[in-house]
Amino acid sequence: MAMLYTTLPVLFLAIAGMVMLMFGVFARRDHTFAITAASIVALAITARLIFAAPDGQVFHAMLVTNDFTRFADILVLVGAAGALSLSVGFNERTGITRFEYPVLILFSVIGMVVLVSAGDLLTLYIGFEIQSLALYVLATFARNNVRSSEAGLKYFVLGALSSGVLLYGISLVYGFAGTTSFVDIAHALARHSMVSIGSTIGIVFVMVGLAFKISAAPFHMWTPDVYEGSPSSVTAFFATAPKVATFALLLRVMLGPFAPMLAQWQDLVQIVAAASMVIGALGAIGQSNIKRLMAYSSIGHMGYALMGLAAGTVTGVRGALIYLAIYLVMSLGTFGCIIAMSRKGKPVERIDDLAGMASEDGRYALALAVLMLAMAGIPPLSGFFGKLYVFLAAIRSGLDVLAVIGVATSAIAAFYYLRVIKVMYFDTGTPGFDRRTAGINLVIGVSAAVTVLFVFYPSPLSTVSSYAAHALFQSAKF
Amino acid sequence: MVTVGLAHYLVVAALLLVIGIFGIFLNRKNVIVIMMSIELILLAANINFIAFSAALHDMVGQVFAMFVLSVAAAEAAIGLAIVVVYFRNRGSIEVDDVTLMKG
Repeated sequence: MAMLYTTLPVLFLAIAGMVMLMFGVFARRDHTFAITAASIVALAITARLIFAAPDGQVFHAMLVTNDFTRFADILVLVGAAGALSLSVGFNERTGITRFEYPVLILFSVIGMVVLVSAGDLLTLYIGFEIQSLALYVLATFARNNVRSSEAGLKYFVLGALSSGVLLYGISLVYGFAGTTSFVDIAHALARHSMVSIGSTIGIVFVMVGLAFKISAAPFHMWTPDVYEGSPSSVTAFFATAPKVATFALLLRVMLGPFAPMLAQWQDLVQIVAAASMVIGALGAIGQSNIKRLMAYSSIGHMGYALMGLAAGTVTGVRGALIYLAIYLVMSLGTFGCIIAMSRKGKPVERIDDLAGMASEDGRYALALAVLMLAMAGIPPLSGFFGKLYVFLAAIRSGLDVLAVIGVATSAIAAFYYLRVIKVMYFDTGTPGFDRRTAGINLVIGVSAAVTVLFVFYPSPLSTVSSYAAHALFQSAKF
Repeated sequence: MVTVGLAHYLVVAALLLVIGIFGIFLNRKNVIVIMMSIELILLAANINFIAFSAALHDMVGQVFAMFVLSVAAAEAAIGLAIVVVYFRNRGSIEVDDVTLMKG
């Protein structure tokens, strides 16, 4: 029975996705709205099933459930549900209303749930591919749009390269550790008295493959183009769920099976984190397209979260998890605002299009201003606390240089976040945006409210992420 | 007479990986060549899996190789579909033309 409960969330999602796919194919009329609503309900039911699953592992530890996987799963589901709610009006306006959209999102969420609870390199790879294959199609979803197809092509080529590199790394780890199970790899690596070059190279390759997906520098080059080219509703999804899922996996892999090699990979994670923060801060300065700006912003945010991994401690993981949760909420709200930017049904994406927003629609301007300030890490908004936790963890682990780079880059990054606010409040113009749908208003409102009110109720998130971080380290010690 | 051992297979796989990666980054002609390079990378990993599986007397590597083959097929299908969509919009699959967005 334990086996059924553990696999039930994945099974349910897969069956729900396929039923909706068949319904969409055979239905006579277009039922996109109904299928989107049903997908959100399916995600909610999956969340319930994830809470019902007991701790433990099934199929010879191929799938693992603990507080950490539950935490990451819930973040993924929130991200997917948010992106789906944002897509409703937008896809209709841009002429990409197709029932495949929610179905593809469900399919990629299956991959993410498998990915997050992987207990074996095989399930890791399969989950990674299930997620990625659906994402390639989503990037190309506006198939009559030349930019969207170019984004899809770029994402596919670099994504396939990254999964190839990941796979090569897995093959080396398998060869030198003699097993693919996370627990056994940890034992095998701990047993070696000398550092094995083969497994070190393998671990580096695995890390590079995963860093591609979370768009950490220097493997970030696809991000701005894919963010800009894909339809905004897809970009909102890209910026949230896959990032969180892959980051959670990165935490599990590095601090689970590869924990005995911490001394070998810690420097590398530090370099990647520092490079991401710097490129995220500097790359965004010259951007005029708000989606490209958000792409560089997400590169920077991944750098801050990686700082928690570089610390390699419970405090660090807790900081990274809090950061991911806060980042997810902020991004959903910001992309809600970006999706709302449209004139006469055509999406507009330049930052200058926001000029004069404050006098035309004060509530929108206020929400976006709050989200931008939070992204910049201005207290007392939630983004500040995300940064605070990872900086604290980094300093406690003696990574002072990294923390200094982090503070410096967030000061630089504040420049371009504040520029958006300046355009809205001090430049003159008439945005004349279309009316927003209820779903978009809801997502923007909830996300801005959470961002502002987090300072009063930080304890639920910090308690839950502390449990999750402890569960991660406990499960690594089997 | 040299016996072919694990090291030989690993060298071949490493060479294939390098050829694949260079095929993606140095190629300026055609997107199809990129797809072939991706297949090369996946096959390099597969050779590793099979060679290790034989050397370790462990079946997991071979099972993994079967999974990789099916994933490679799915990936090629999706990749070709994307290339077709791109060709319809742009009328060309030259790598040098994939520059509508800077970056």
